Amino acid sequence: MTRVSRRIALAALLLTAAGQAFAQPARYGIGRAATPAEIAALDIDVRPDGTGLPAGSGSSSAGATIYASKCAQCHGATGKEGPNDVLVGRVPGDGFPFAADPKVPHTIGNYWPHATTVFDYIRRAMPTTAPGSLSNDEVYALTAFLLHANGIIDAGAVMDKASLPKVAMPARKYFVPDTRKQAAERPKP
Amino acid sequence: MKVTRRDLIAGAASAVALGRTARAQTPPDSTKVRGPGPRAVGDRAATARLQRIVRGQAVSSTPHQDLMGIITPSDLHFERHHAGVPAIAPESYSLLIHGMVERPTIFTLADLKRFPSHSQIHFLECSGNLGRTAGPETTPGMLAGLTSTSEWTGVRLSTLLREVGVRAEARWLLAEGADAAVLTRSVPIEKALDDALIAYGQNGEALRPEQGYPARLFLPGWEGNASVKWLRRLEVSDAPFMTREETSKYTEPFANGTSRQFSFRMDARSLITAPAFPNRLERGWVEITGIAWTGAGRIARVDISTDGGATWAPAQLQDPVLPLAHTRFRHMWQWTGGEAVIMSRAVDETGYVQPTKAELLAQRGPGTATYHLNPITGWVVQADGRVVYKEESWA
Ligand code: HEC
Repeated sequence: MTRVSRRIALAALLLTAAGQAFAQPARYGIGRAATPAEIAALDIDVRPDGTGLPAGSGSSSAGATIYASKCAQCHGATGKEGPNDVLVGRVPGDGFPFAADPKVPHTIGNYWPHATTVFDYIRRAMPTTAPGSLSNDEVYALTAFLLHANGIIDAGAVMDKASLPKVAMPARKYFVPDTRKQAAERPKP
Repeated sequence: MKVTRRDLIAGAASAVALGRTARAQTPPDSTKVRGPGPRAVGDRAATARLQRIVRGQAVSSTPHQDLMGIITPSDLHFERHHAGVPAIAPESYSLLIHGMVERPTIFTLADLKRFPSHSQIHFLECSGNLGRTAGPETTPGMLAGLTSTSEWTGVRLSTLLREVGVRAEARWLLAEGADAAVLTRSVPIEKALDDALIAYGQNGEALRPEQGYPARLFLPGWEGNASVKWLRRLEVSDAPFMTREETSKYTEPFANGTSRQFSFRMDARSLITAPAFPNRLERGWVEITGIAWTGAGRIARVDISTDGGATWAPAQLQDPVLPLAHTRFRHMWQWTGGEAVIMSRAVDETGYVQPTKAELLAQRGPGTATYHLNPITGWVVQADGRVVYKEESWA
């Protein structure tokens, strides 16, 4: 049994043991079944393995045109100028100097660990003036443009649901999970 | 005697009043005139009108210098949002739970309220809660006002997950908001089955729109960004989703050349809320007071120094000392004149001691992101009684 299912089983046992007065039924029967169409309408997330990526495709050259008209005013002509978040830039030798140097901007090329996040985030949140307004082809094209501008994919590479999850990000290797001890593992004073 | 915060606020309020209307004459003797009758909705006293500190488009801070006790009035709870505050009609609100579950289900707000309701008093803190470039004229709210404490009411997420039947392979879930950023975070299933709440109440009434009305995720003791507001969807999965808010943002570079991800817990911290800028002290007894909190349980002790950290003495903790909630502390101090630096240091029940700036810098490096910085901070009492923030250089 896994940790999680053990936990659920244990909870159920405790509930049974608590007796009639405090008994929780296995289910209250509240809420209604969600239809596949209702789920599909909201289920827009994209995972690192590509799960959730829609049909469609886009190239860097198509992305450049969209970027110039819909993004450059906030992120700069080449993605480096701002005024909002800097999107483009690499660190020599693909180092990770962020702790030492506060002046190095965190960009897609030098900091983002997963390429799929670029698609997912642009589709849900950008441009801030009209979030959710881009077609899937436009989002693929913008993703291709930003990955190419960051020197991660070739100028001719087309991004779609097969190619995007295969893009390897330079900063991926630098991310580590939280190793602080859980409260229960710490000694009492 | 110290100049109280109330004096300062009253002064500020009457200055504002002066600008609008001619100053009222000496108020009539209140025992000789009958006052106004009851009203449907009360208001703060005219001389105690409090305000959040608004910075830019996405942040406002709790004015801790103006507050007492541990509960933050709901209209002063800090704000941090990524695409403004959405307007969501309660009758059209729904929460979808799907993914690795037996029964994908849609709950309306009325549905959520039919389940057993739990109320829990907890702090909520943004993980980026430190003004690293703060100058001397910084109030406690400007320095660290992105933490607030409320009584949150809602249904346990574990109850909803039992209702939909979580599959054994489930390890994470994605929480998604209905704001214009459609903000998403991945949450470990252990937390979801432990003390996570789907909250619809705040301090005895519906959530404030800024805090996620009609309903939000609430993860006690964890960085605020993960407690997704205006919650519309939970997708159960076997792996994290690697959203922008848990990769590009809310990750902390370390001096060893890595970046820490999924660092959910907020560690122990304390903040002196008075005396602080802009108070001015007079010689004599002064109450040093403030709040302390930890994402690892209860606050065990708060130490106070009045000599810049050379010596420390334990403060008194005001009951109730609740887990994962602000705890009020106080320490009586006799100021005899001369410059002094007052500081506070929190210790939690796991023995964790609030770190110094030097300890944090050694681990994290000067370029690190602002997330999860909880240094000991201090206030300088100048020889003339003026109190200013003890400026720190992080570069
Ligand atoms: C009106 C200004 C504006 C426009 C137009 C705009 N953005 Fe943004 N963008 C922002 C802001 C502000 C943020 C930061 C949002 C936040 O932190 O919540 C951002 C963040 C981003 C990020 C994440 C950056 C990071 O490091 O985490 C990406 C990627 C992005 N934008 C891409 C785009 C693309 C592609 C377009 C064009 C379709 C676009 N933006 C148009 C303002 C804009």
